[in-house]
Amino acid sequence: MKKLLLATAAGALIAGSAGAEEIKMGISLGFTGPLESMAPAMRDGAKLAMKEASDSGLLLDGSTVTAVEGDSTCADAAAATATVERLITAEGVKGIVGGMCSGETIASLENVAKPNGIVMISPSATSPALSVIEDNGLFFRTSPSDARQGEVMADILMERGIESVAVTYTNNDYGKGLADSFQAAYEAKGGNVTVNSAHDDGKADYSAEVAALAAAGGDALVVAGYVDQGGSGVVRASLDTGAFDTFVFPDGMIGTALLENFGSEIDGSFGQNPAAEGEGRETYLKMAEEAGFDGAGAFSAEAYDAAALMLLAMAASGSSDPGIYKDKIMDVANEPGEKIMPGDLAKALEIINGGGDVDYVGATSVELVGAGESAGVYREVAFSNGEMEIVGYR
Amino acid sequence: MDILNAVVAILNFVVIPAAAYGAQLALGALGVTLIYGILRFSNFAHGDTMAFGTAVTILATWGLQGLGISMGPLPTALLALPVGIAATAALALVTDRAVYRFYRVQRVAPIILVMASVGVMFLMNGLTRLLIGVDEQRFADGARFVIDVRTFREMTGLTEGLAFKTTQALTLVIAVLVVWALFWFLNRTKSGKAMRAYSDNEDLALLSGIDPDKVVRMTWIIAAGLATIAGVLYGLDKAFKPFNYFQILLPIFAAAIVGGLGNPIGAIAGGFVVAFSEVAITYPWLKIAGYLFPAWQPEGLLQLLGTEYKFAVSFVILIVVLLFRPTGLFRGKSV
Repeated sequence: MKKLLLATAAGALIAGSAGAEEIKMGISLGFTGPLESMAPAMRDGAKLAMKEASDSGLLLDGSTVTAVEGDSTCADAAAATATVERLITAEGVKGIVGGMCSGETIASLENVAKPNGIVMISPSATSPALSVIEDNGLFFRTSPSDARQGEVMADILMERGIESVAVTYTNNDYGKGLADSFQAAYEAKGGNVTVNSAHDDGKADYSAEVAALAAAGGDALVVAGYVDQGGSGVVRASLDTGAFDTFVFPDGMIGTALLENFGSEIDGSFGQNPAAEGEGRETYLKMAEEAGFDGAGAFSAEAYDAAALMLLAMAASGSSDPGIYKDKIMDVANEPGEKIMPGDLAKALEIINGGGDVDYVGATSVELVGAGESAGVYREVAFSNGEMEIVGYR
Repeated sequence: MDILNAVVAILNFVVIPAAAYGAQLALGALGVTLIYGILRFSNFAHGDTMAFGTAVTILATWGLQGLGISMGPLPTALLALPVGIAATAALALVTDRAVYRFYRVQRVAPIILVMASVGVMFLMNGLTRLLIGVDEQRFADGARFVIDVRTFREMTGLTEGLAFKTTQALTLVIAVLVVWALFWFLNRTKSGKAMRAYSDNEDLALLSGIDPDKVVRMTWIIAAGLATIAGVLYGLDKAFKPFNYFQILLPIFAAAIVGGLGNPIGAIAGGFVVAFSEVAITYPWLKIAGYLFPAWQPEGLLQLLGTEYKFAVSFVILIVVLLFRPTGLFRGKSV
């Protein structure tokens, strides 16, 4: 009995004084599936932030951070739920960078993360439905809602003088949400959507879908799909049959694969994806290059910021318990405080440990609004001579 | 002018794609119907046989491209085709030896052979994925178009464009050649006649001295050849992805059954019936109507069925034919 008491006392002492622990962080992204070409750069981004905070030795009295990866598949909500379940119950992660796609994120948030009280910060789930979801303050995202992207896309089209478009979207939460918000914004500005129809991913042949879009007509085709999936198939069939030659590409389509697939065939097309300009982004690109991956990959910077926000919030609340640090995420992301660029996580931790305030800017000019989502800076791109060039930011 | 535009639009969006797709289905359905007629079971592994043959052909194509060999405007895959056919025929013969022969010797009910073929299907499924992976592969090279949209518009001055892809032209030409060769073989050669005799009445054929093993071998080799050609043409025209060959199994069976299982002419007709109904039923006729009846401004797209339901068309055709004419349009065997 004496021994037991002694051991308990010693245990309590250790737990109380030395806060250094091994913090496990989950990364749940679609390493297989329709966005598999984007996932590795996102994972590397998240890991970069974790390594930075861990190596600094300043996070919660020198705690170390280990990343645990899981495959959310993007398309299969059941598989994503199982993955997040494993991360939380078997691995004991304190927070999750993920999910990747909107449908899968909603499912794993509602079924696993919310009941278990684990914070999820998604770098790339952009469905408007996530803005109004009941999340107990556990869900955030470093990418903006597609309601915003719909507005931006409508603006770009109007400025280019295109007043009639056909819309095709991938048949899931992301595609439908984006297509609907775009249609609403575009029609409010006086544009005309001739048809708004779905396409299914993973088919060999999209000539029937394209025939329907061509019959409805329009000056351009908005492809709210995935570049590794049906989106490219629709573009290919449109080019082959001459149904459309100008395309508008939202974020799911902007990727290196698009140029590999079509080269100069899509000259004259344009698009936009969430990506901030400025010092933070430049720094991040350099850091990524040194770490040996492509930081310009879609949502890679957002993933870095997602991981960084979680770790800074842990430091600010003095706890790795998601139930406690969730309340600090908005604080570290927004003003007031010292501006924090990527690569400055050690400095940020120092300020926080000294009792100061930080305003995390990061690689994507993070500014969380509403229910905890990025206000959203979009990069407008245009295609000419088989190259993608950046037109501007809005 | 408007009538010409309407004709061109129908050609571009309905007739040409449906004809190429129909030819691909017909070649696939010929293989299914041949095996059904002679070996007396529905071979569910046919789609994955197509995938395997195409995968080998793609690998051989890459090899040829690596050596710098090409065929000018024609896809290199045509040169690689014999390699694919040989590998697929070898695989089919090994499968027959290892699986089907065991059941054939026992003279089991056809349904057991069908179930065995489902097992073979999953095996081939995995084999193809091990060989080439699950990703989409594009292996068409050479000239992409016989006529492309821009040239056609400049030539004719019409607002509607017409695209005729090299792969679509190839599909039609090769399908005609293959069908002609198959019919010549079945009707004119001794082996072909032996196969038909075996199909009509197995016991009688055996009594008249036909070697059953030889007939079975011939059947597998021809079916493997048809499957590889159909698979490669489909892959050239669209894109190769193992999963898509599993999906195409349904329209192929629909085609074979609509035409009458075991009847080669039926398989060809069935392929085109299924392809044309799939495309025509999901095509919105708004634009055509606009050209033909300028005064008429309908509300919707004049589309009978959303494109999401494309595969449902094969099912409906299948059910209707099985209900009203179980032997198919061309009097095949009843299923």
